[in-house]
Amino acid sequence: MPLNIRTYYDLTAPDKSGLPEQIGAQRRRVAERLAHVGRVVAVMSGKGGVGKSFVTAHLARALSRGGRKVGVLDADLNGPTAARLLDADRAALVVEGDAAVPALGADHVRLVSMDLLLADGHPLAFRGPARERFVWRGALEAAALREFLADVAWGTLDLLLVDLPPGLARFEELAELLETPPAVLTVTIPTPEAHAAVRRALRAALEQGGRGLGVVENMVGDQFQGDAAQALAEEFDIPVLARLPFHPLPSAWDALAGQL
Amino acid sequence: MKFLCVECDEQMSFEERALPGDGTLAAAFRCPRCGRAVALLTNPMETQLVSSLGVKIGGRTVPEQPLETIRGAVATGRADAFADGSEHPEPDGQGRVRWSPEAEDRLTRVPGFVRGMVKRVYLDYAREHGIAVITPAVMDTARTELGLEGM
Repeated sequence: MPLNIRTYYDLTAPDKSGLPEQIGAQRRRVAERLAHVGRVVAVMSGKGGVGKSFVTAHLARALSRGGRKVGVLDADLNGPTAARLLDADRAALVVEGDAAVPALGADHVRLVSMDLLLADGHPLAFRGPARERFVWRGALEAAALREFLADVAWGTLDLLLVDLPPGLARFEELAELLETPPAVLTVTIPTPEAHAAVRRALRAALEQGGRGLGVVENMVGDQFQGDAAQALAEEFDIPVLARLPFHPLPSAWDALAGQL
Repeated sequence: MKFLCVECDEQMSFEERALPGDGTLAAAFRCPRCGRAVALLTNPMETQLVSSLGVKIGGRTVPEQPLETIRGAVATGRADAFADGSEHPEPDGQGRVRWSPEAEDRLTRVPGFVRGMVKRVYLDYAREHGIAVITPAVMDTARTELGLEGM
């Protein structure tokens, strides 16, 4: 006689584990924490080494100098640099109640970064079984991003800049965690190679609902040839917000901040 | 996650969650009609994957702690990365929870990166249960009741 196998939803008694409800609670926690954040801006690129963190840090400082309340979430968990770029206080993160108080960086920028938590010179490593680490490492990194959003007392902010690592994976996680996908600030350098990589990532981000704020072309000068920012702007109908030389003056950051 | 006793055509009830060792997570269910119990056993990789999601099989027994997944999972954290509010001295008076020397000794063996969070969970447990002194036995009981793997 065949077994009468039924579906999960055919069984109507409560599921004590309630995993979907636990996931839902995690999402609500993110939404509640960010309820007083005016805008989440993902600073992204499809290419490494274009200066995303550098742009994020100096833009945040300029925004703050201009009177806006700004936070920086360093989502580059494996190569965190925002804390050093922002001269953040490396004292212990204070946990009070249901959240950790963000560190304070230059120009009063609020910050959280894995750099504040890791032992000096050590990579981000997780406890767990030695084999098949690839199966769960991504899930843990996504959980770390969620906790940086939900468990940090960001308070009232005009902007929360999320400094993303190269590629698109972390953007997808961020977009999934937020109630609405973040605005996207794209950073590139002028070269055709950067253009090709950034183009793919930007297209994917916009297809996932991200709103393109514009492009920042970094490291403009004799060393790198090309017109990546202009090409991206034309293709995606977004503005070129800044073309920054290797050593931008504070006025350049102020001008960029004025456009956000 | 639900279990069906196919012989009785009855949904089984969750009984308990346990960590018997070797990275195994056990979730036990019992059929309310015939009484048969079964246990789902996950291998270490599966156990890790579930905990990486920040969810608890069998449901949560303690509120989510700030940055608990990071603090529980990161192996290379700075020992002094966090200052937990509950580590601050409590005011003297009725209801103050103390630590036995043995319990304090055990606590010192918890990595500094997560120690403050662990301490807070045990303190909350003791307060909720009217326990004046936290001993290793209290810690063991709390760990079992709360499903605190690795704490």
